[in-house]
Amino acid sequence: MPKHPLLIFNTKGIYCKEADVYIDAWKPVDKCIITHGHADHSRWGHKQYITHHNNVPIIKHRLGDITVAGKEWGETFTINGVKFSLHPAGHIVASSQVRVEYKGEVWVFTGDFKTENDGIAEPFELIKCNTFITECTFGLPAFKWTPQKQVFEDINNWWAANQTENKTSIIFGYSLGKAQRLLKHIDPSIGKIYTHGAIENMTQVLRENYDFHQTIRITRETTKKELLGNIVIAPPSAHGGTWIRKMVPYVTASASGWMTFRGARRRRAIDRGFVLSDHADWDGLLETVKATGAQKVIATHGYTDIFSRYLREEMGLDARTEKTQYEGEQGELESKKEKEDEA
Amino acid sequence: MKDFAQLIKKLDTTNKTTEKVAALTQYLKSADDDDKLWTIAILSHRRPKRPVNTTLLRLWATEISGVPLWLFEESYHIVGDLAETIALILPNKENIESSTKSLTQYINEIIALKALPEEDKKEYLQTNWMQLNYFERFVFNKIITGGFRIGVSQKLMTRALSKATDIDEDILAYKLMGDWTPLTTTYTKLILETIEEDYLSKPYPFYLAYAVEDNFQNDLGDINDWSFEHKWDGIRSQVIIRNDEVFVWSRGEELVTDKYPEFQRFLSKIPNGTVLDGEILPFGNGTIGNFNELQTRIGRKNISKALLKKTPVILNAYDILEWEGKDIRQHPFLERRKILDKLISECDCDEIGLYLSATMKFENWEDAAAEREISREKHSEGLMLKRKDSPYLVGRKKGDWWKWKTDPFTIDAVLTYAMRGHGRRSNLFTDYTFGLWNDGELVTFAKAYSGLTDAEFRKVDAWIKKNTLERFGPVRSVTPHHVFEIAFEGIAESSRHKSGIATRFPRILRWRQDKPMEEANTLEDLKAMIPK
Repeated sequence: MPKHPLLIFNTKGIYCKEADVYIDAWKPVDKCIITHGHADHSRWGHKQYITHHNNVPIIKHRLGDITVAGKEWGETFTINGVKFSLHPAGHIVASSQVRVEYKGEVWVFTGDFKTENDGIAEPFELIKCNTFITECTFGLPAFKWTPQKQVFEDINNWWAANQTENKTSIIFGYSLGKAQRLLKHIDPSIGKIYTHGAIENMTQVLRENYDFHQTIRITRETTKKELLGNIVIAPPSAHGGTWIRKMVPYVTASASGWMTFRGARRRRAIDRGFVLSDHADWDGLLETVKATGAQKVIATHGYTDIFSRYLREEMGLDARTEKTQYEGEQGELESKKEKEDEA
Repeated sequence: MKDFAQLIKKLDTTNKTTEKVAALTQYLKSADDDDKLWTIAILSHRRPKRPVNTTLLRLWATEISGVPLWLFEESYHIVGDLAETIALILPNKENIESSTKSLTQYINEIIALKALPEEDKKEYLQTNWMQLNYFERFVFNKIITGGFRIGVSQKLMTRALSKATDIDEDILAYKLMGDWTPLTTTYTKLILETIEEDYLSKPYPFYLAYAVEDNFQNDLGDINDWSFEHKWDGIRSQVIIRNDEVFVWSRGEELVTDKYPEFQRFLSKIPNGTVLDGEILPFGNGTIGNFNELQTRIGRKNISKALLKKTPVILNAYDILEWEGKDIRQHPFLERRKILDKLISECDCDEIGLYLSATMKFENWEDAAAEREISREKHSEGLMLKRKDSPYLVGRKKGDWWKWKTDPFTIDAVLTYAMRGHGRRSNLFTDYTFGLWNDGELVTFAKAYSGLTDAEFRKVDAWIKKNTLERFGPVRSVTPHHVFEIAFEGIAESSRHKSGIATRFPRILRWRQDKPMEEANTLEDLKAMIPK
């Protein structure tokens, strides 16, 4: 056993000293393992990227010409005697957890994860470990997800109802992840599916490895009239902008875990909120922590202080919080990622 | 209950007034009379008394959720609404059918609950929580805890009721005034029966002024076309004298006759068929006082003799809308003023607490501006400009009446504490406390909740989350760093405030990102602003 922990949190990211490798570093480093394609986890400027091979086109699309090595699920790669492997996190397409093993000790970093199988992201795989580094974006008992089958029934009903009023349905979701999850499960027999440019670009990249319904990119030539009764998938940052104003009459909806709170929806002046998240809910977090068998838990982003206190006091675990620059709590509300996309 | 919960959900999920009115109208057309009456009562802030205190509600909710109390509290701070928090943390059962009990039945049970022993209350709540789906459970909790903040004003509700019943809005507004509850009246009696008095007390819609625009002096033409008055800082009101009765209406179209018994004296001197428009002002020691003094009169239901003596009020009249039983709103302003001036000057009206808001003439805009500068000394908020030949219009209209307010006081203060907002701002830190320098320390002087754009609030919120020093429940102390320019309307000494000073309507004017916190103002600077 090394004298220092296998993974430490320094000013640049999560660091493995034995292997001289970072995971999801937020400052430029030499070698970095990337859990998934969201901007707060896959940053610009590393010399060498390692990630799941399905994630390679995604981060190349975002980051341009980078040096990247693609790995299979469960494929072990050893660096300086430390064994690394990637396992599905179920968060978005090609999102991984990172398993790190050294001299018999196992650590797992979840990146972002969810436990429900959403039908496109490779389903979450539970990995036993000694130390579990986890997100807890929705680490409050107020967050309880409804099975997505029910949520998509609601979304499809909402779309159909808007159609009878001859209105355009606009639904907001992040251009990587949520947008494709919506695309996968909305019912194309109701009408046509239009996409915002940022979403269309990302979806094109993903079509290389995944199947989705047919989409139509919205361009300058797209008329208000042809949109009526159909659905538009747009990034949250499009809300309130000039792009959307041209689509009157329309009805807006947001699909996000934050829609649990009435206040979050009203603050953004969105007509309808669907509670649909790519993160684990309270029960999902607790069950996962329990099932890993980990005695030590480190919370990286979300309601970290509250969540780790619960693990200590109610579950008797050695749990603590580490400061990171992952955006958990605000990531979805702020939608910085989308702005980068559009730029 | 199912329909009522559906209604609340509809009202809650749209931001469009027309859709809210439509949903409410539809409900008020179709619901059972008792449910209608309770809906009207709830939306006009007449909820049943809370049968259980919130401490017990929390305890019983956590008991069946298996959530420790501290975690419930943390969740509550983040959700920002107790009824919603309870509804969220309770376990969800699959496939709960909507409740078959009516709204009125639930409310009657809740009223009866108050007298029951604690064990029975607990049993009732826990059973009913588990029988309702998430949104009905939320509405049920709201009925118990009170305060439906769903963006439906009494006015909006009255409009919907008017559409549902074809009864004039103003008459309904009057019918809905007063002390009624669904336990003391019925829908038919309250809403449908015609009472002669309805018409007797009816006020005219108030004419409201816009603030002057940039370079308005050029746009208003000849200064001689305009009559000037001070803009009094009180309660805009209409006093109606008809059929030997006095009715006092505030601008919020609230009947406030009972709160100002002074005006009963008008009957002795003012003839029937008179409607006056003016400002209710505090008048202790025989002079116009501060708005602060009036605060003690506004909230009070029972007006004691001591209070009447300590803070008497007068009506400072500036217009007359009805004279000798005739609506004279179409007469030119100057003609109406002639009638008003004659009425008041001939009746020794000081005795009955009726004064005249003096009109002023200015030769040029410089003189007018000079008068505006001394407004605060006269306890006025600035000047009113009224076109001499203008009729009395309905509502806020541009053109004939303008308000030229004094500039607000402003001071640069440092953000020291932040709290999560409520309602649409829950989960965002939007309620701020500001400090001013005093001997090298920051002394709290005001709280402000408004003035930043949503984008700025999000930025400040993100900064607060990264720069928290300590947490006290929902409140966080933050690293002193950011300076904000705070505007406020009034300032007075106060023993109730730590700083020794109370400010009126403080709000954020702008975020001074250019200013280091060392350069924020001092408490001394603030004290120097108190008018001598």
